[in-house]
Amino acid sequence: MTSEQIRTLASLMLEYIPPTLKLFGFTLLYSIPLGMIVALLKMCRFKPISWLTNLYILIMRGTPLLLQIIVVYYSVPILRMNEKCPAGLKSLLDRVEIRDSYMFRMILVAFVLNYAAYFAEIFRGGIEAIPKGQHEAAGALGFSKLQTFFRIILPQVFKRVIPASSNEIITLVKDTSLAYAMGYMEIMYIAKKQMSLYSSLVPLFLAGLFYFIAATLLTLLFAFIEKKLSYYK
Amino acid sequence: MAMLEVNNLSKSFDKLEVLKDISFNVEKGEVVAVIGPSGSGKSTMLRCVNQLEKADGGTIKVCGTDMLVKNSSGKTVYTDTKTLRDIRLKTGLVFQNFNLFPHMSVLRNITEAPVCVLKQDKKKAKENAMELLKKMGLESKASAYPCELSGGQQQRVSIARALALSPEILFFDEPTSALDPELTGEILKVIKELAAEGMTMVIVTHEMAFARDVADKVIFMENGYIVEMGAPEQLFGEDASERVKQFLQRFNS
Repeated sequence: MTSEQIRTLASLMLEYIPPTLKLFGFTLLYSIPLGMIVALLKMCRFKPISWLTNLYILIMRGTPLLLQIIVVYYSVPILRMNEKCPAGLKSLLDRVEIRDSYMFRMILVAFVLNYAAYFAEIFRGGIEAIPKGQHEAAGALGFSKLQTFFRIILPQVFKRVIPASSNEIITLVKDTSLAYAMGYMEIMYIAKKQMSLYSSLVPLFLAGLFYFIAATLLTLLFAFIEKKLSYYK
Repeated sequence: MAMLEVNNLSKSFDKLEVLKDISFNVEKGEVVAVIGPSGSGKSTMLRCVNQLEKADGGTIKVCGTDMLVKNSSGKTVYTDTKTLRDIRLKTGLVFQNFNLFPHMSVLRNITEAPVCVLKQDKKKAKENAMELLKKMGLESKASAYPCELSGGQQQRVSIARALALSPEILFFDEPTSALDPELTGEILKVIKELAAEGMTMVIVTHEMAFARDVADKVIFMENGYIVEMGAPEQLFGEDASERVKQFLQRFNS
């Protein structure tokens, strides 16, 4: 490829960064709070809830994300057509409009469900790692359970889960490329298309460069956050 | 007036009975030391009174308010959640391992409960906290974090934290067991000062000399029972039971 071509290619590919970041950002926005809720449900003392949550986590972590994306994506049209589909579910599915944003929403649902399971396990580990004495001291000072969780426990959990979460978040940047399989127009999609067009590996190299830079920036960001939080042990 | 009335308190962990028929009173302004060998149930007794463990039987009355009672069908039940919380605010607890909140500054450790639980004005809570820190000789450490303090300083902060809620009665669960002898002295001095001010206190301790000096009443526990209870002169004197003498001998040698 000539340098002129590469420049044109690069500026074209830049346009596909926002959809990639959109999927990345919204996945984090929903999967982190959902992960916290799932973690709390798993620690629930009412066993059936804990078991169900565990089953959900097992399935999400035990099957490929790509498969989950395909299942979620096609579930609506396929189940709708199925005659055996229960009426209640069918009327619910009928309410899902298959319009422009359908693809993004379905991919997002799959990503959020998958990542929430991973975050849940990280958060649960973080919550359980806080010494019992912290709960006891808070209780003895008259804090309610809710106050104890939000004021005493959660801030400490936040610090503890940063290293493991940063791992997940960096993986997520790269996992967004799986949306390419559904035809979602992100970086991987355009790279593959341009590769065929030019019969060149340069588009793939540029895509790789994007992921690499994004992952590096995140690494630096988390190193910074960890340092900021190092004022206490 | 009795600040604490414990009657026939019992507690088991699975099949292991750790407290059997514990009864004692603590009067206003009284300092009670609880001594005895490890595993005798001293800490569990303190934890039951502070609602950190659930008692199985008996009654507990704190500052005249029923906390644990026998209901009409003879079952041991706790009072309602709100009353339990009110009782917690009347009692303070100092732990062996301090249990300060590591993510908060020393000042915030002390003001957090008054501000969030008692809804005290922030400024007032701060002033009060600084006063307490001054009393503990730690005014210069207000903005430090617990990990930057020595064990003795951390324990003094945790005492200030408990005092910030102006408790009617203060409990200490082996407050010096995690400290070296020099730092132990710091803490014992603080407790002595509190005693001189008339603070009602129950102290689980292995510091025998301290118990003899400061306590108005000493409770000797073993195997979940109160073996002997009385004035320090009695327990540390010639009239004490053989078991108590035998136990104390190890500390004197």
